[in-house]
Amino acid sequence: MNKKKKILAISSGGGHWVQLRRLQPAFYGCEIIYSTVNLDLKSDVAGHQFYRITDATRWNKLLLIKMMCQILLIIYKERPDVVISTGAAPGYFAIRIGNVFGAKTIWLDSIANVEELSLTGKKLKKYANLCLTQWEHVAEKEGVIFGGKVF
Amino acid sequence: MGACCRERRRYIWGESILIFVTIGSQMPFDRLIIAVDEWAKDSGYEVFAQVGQTQYIPQHIDWCNNLTPEQFLKKIRDASAVVSHAGMGTIITALELGKPIMIMPRRGDLRETRNDHQIATVKYFTTFDRVEVVMDEKELVNGFKSLLSSSSLLKDHTPIGSYANDFLISTIRNYIN
Repeated sequence: MNKKKKILAISSGGGHWVQLRRLQPAFYGCEIIYSTVNLDLKSDVAGHQFYRITDATRWNKLLLIKMMCQILLIIYKERPDVVISTGAAPGYFAIRIGNVFGAKTIWLDSIANVEELSLTGKKLKKYANLCLTQWEHVAEKEGVIFGGKVF
Repeated sequence: MGACCRERRRYIWGESILIFVTIGSQMPFDRLIIAVDEWAKDSGYEVFAQVGQTQYIPQHIDWCNNLTPEQFLKKIRDASAVVSHAGMGTIITALELGKPIMIMPRRGDLRETRNDHQIATVKYFTTFDRVEVVMDEKELVNGFKSLLSSSSLLKDHTPIGSYANDFLISTIRNYIN
């Protein structure tokens, strides 16, 4: 019998999270584990497993290291089949670590990035197994895939 | 009503118009808050603003520094219209709840955000008829006129669905399986 696929869906808060939770039907039939920086957002995805991680931007190195360790633990423990992220530092770590653990990794660049990929997206494009933008002209310019929009 | 009731509260179809202003959770955006505060002085509309960690104290509107995600949702739900920085979280949430929204981009050179990505973002929303775009505080007064016109407030603001478009859902689903 086929085991249910396990998905780790992870991002920072705000707009990245709002876009991430709009992807839920794509994970139909899978076990979804959500992770973000704000515990209050757990209610958005009630009924699914949820991990809170530290909030950090690229300017705070210590917090970034803490966040990276938390993500490493989540991936080590859960061994997701797929790691997907829409944003920023948590996505960067989760995709790099997900690759090490043999997960399929998906980066969806935010719809806000209408002219070029985000900084994180540019760094991740050679690491994510599937790198998506929500704008056709950005796909052409950056050599990534246009695969639809969050709304 | 108590003393807080403004003299010239505006109504549409008997409902009080409440405007919710938000600058998101990261950095302050005083240029927007000051312009809204100025506008509210003369317009008499009821405004509530989430202003972030800032020194500026608004004089003519109700305000708070930050809101929990739950309080934030309630403010949008209760609002007749939303005014915000060009953050996708607020824009998508307002559209999901069927609220008219006006956005003004943060500027990188004024250190309101790390770069000018919001200016690029709003250019793509100028063609999107559910979103009113103003480029700066000078355009705000006219933006309000258009945002709060009866035709705008009463037109169909059917909420967008809760999920991404079918193309994106199938792109991701096909890749997973």
